[in-house]
Amino acid sequence: MEENLLKTCLYDRHVALGALMSPFGGFIMPIQYTNITEEHNAVRHAAGMFDVSHMGEIFVSGPDAYRFVNHVFSNDIAGMEDGKILYGMMLYPNGTTVDDLLVYKEFEPDSYLLVVNASNIAKDYEWLCAQAEGYDVKIDNQSDVWGQIALQGPEAEKYAVETLGLAKAAELGFYTYFRTDSMIVSRTGYTGEDGFEIYAPHAVINAMWDSLLAAGVVPCGLGCRDTLRFEAGLPLYGHELSDEITPLEAGLGMFAKVKTKEEFIGRDALVAQKEAGLTRKSVGIELQDKAIPRAGYPVEVDGVQVGVVTTGYRSISTDRSVCVAMVDKAYTELGTQVEIRIRKKVFPGIVTKRRFYETNYKK
Amino acid sequence: MAKTVEGLYYSESHEWVKVDGNVAIVGITDFAQHAMGDLSYVDMPEVDDEVEAGEEFGAVESVKAASDLFAPVSGTVVEVNEELEDAPELLNEDAFANWIMKVEMSDPAELEKLMDAAAYEAMCANE
Repeated sequence: MEENLLKTCLYDRHVALGALMSPFGGFIMPIQYTNITEEHNAVRHAAGMFDVSHMGEIFVSGPDAYRFVNHVFSNDIAGMEDGKILYGMMLYPNGTTVDDLLVYKEFEPDSYLLVVNASNIAKDYEWLCAQAEGYDVKIDNQSDVWGQIALQGPEAEKYAVETLGLAKAAELGFYTYFRTDSMIVSRTGYTGEDGFEIYAPHAVINAMWDSLLAAGVVPCGLGCRDTLRFEAGLPLYGHELSDEITPLEAGLGMFAKVKTKEEFIGRDALVAQKEAGLTRKSVGIELQDKAIPRAGYPVEVDGVQVGVVTTGYRSISTDRSVCVAMVDKAYTELGTQVEIRIRKKVFPGIVTKRRFYETNYKK
Repeated sequence: MAKTVEGLYYSESHEWVKVDGNVAIVGITDFAQHAMGDLSYVDMPEVDDEVEAGEEFGAVESVKAASDLFAPVSGTVVEVNEELEDAPELLNEDAFANWIMKVEMSDPAELEKLMDAAAYEAMCANE
């Protein structure tokens, strides 16, 4: 198993920094360099950088690219200008989720970049190819040749401009991007803070990492990437979304345009699910106690299981024990009293919103 | 390098035991706290709980994960360290100075199944 794990172009640098390395999505990735709390706080209050080279980059182009992407993507790319980015999902016909992804409208006509989760690259590529019959498109999986650094935090813009010399980064709006000869620079992220995701070939990524490190940007592992995205209410495929969960159940209906789009894979199932009414939904739960709810723990009411935790932590930014859980619809109203079973005991909790931290995106 | 303290008993699951008469004072080792990282919660048993050697009696939790605690000896819990409720980080600061529970032993002969400091160090070196 171990020997089959892929390494990103920054692997040697992680090892040299003494990172704790662990498998994630088929790659051997840094979980932490010093500790999760320090790295988490660096992103909240200054700037941190993540090696996210494991993410997948799939390019779709050709005369039918627009029609094809809108067919497989739950969000609506109609009228998308060059340099814009949209978040959404690819769905199975039954409405459950193949993957969640970003779609970049490229600067050439009929050309899109799809950024997908590392663990789903092969599945997504095969899925796209299988749906492409009758569409005149080229589907090009370039995941192996692109590295990616996520530069995140309130000081991210300063480092992008001053350290990386990307003066245009200061003018980028949220969910937009530009290209240079060697890079794709987008104002996106997975932390709830302002920041950039920068895609480039391996040699460029390595040089960029070295410059940012020398300038004082804190290297951050996937450990705090998870605590940060969780606090900001952002889903993780395999937890809040999966091939058993629809975007409606995940509370992400705004990214599945059943009203404005007449057709996309999974749409009919979502319409039917809406009409029938949801049977369960993703909610936040806050415990009064310090015990920590973790993925897989049961949510109970009067001793009967009514749901399951999908992600939970002692929130670093708020110092509260909170989780996201998928629970039966009857218990999803804000303020509903529930209990979470943690090992042998049950702890009282209250249903809350799924976002536990006020995000600080650039408008 | 994680430290150990002479004169204590050690379990394979990284608890230490200090014997005081018929009472076993139980904590986690420096190796364990180091492996867990910053601790944010200690799930402790309650006084009068019965614990059994090798069975789970609580857990320590870091940001990332929960790790079960296993009783090194059998008996009745007579005291828990309430300081850890508000300050789990004490275990990171000094794992041997901060105990988790005291157990009135039902079978002190179980101590003989535990390791001494040298044997425990040797085991950790192989992990």
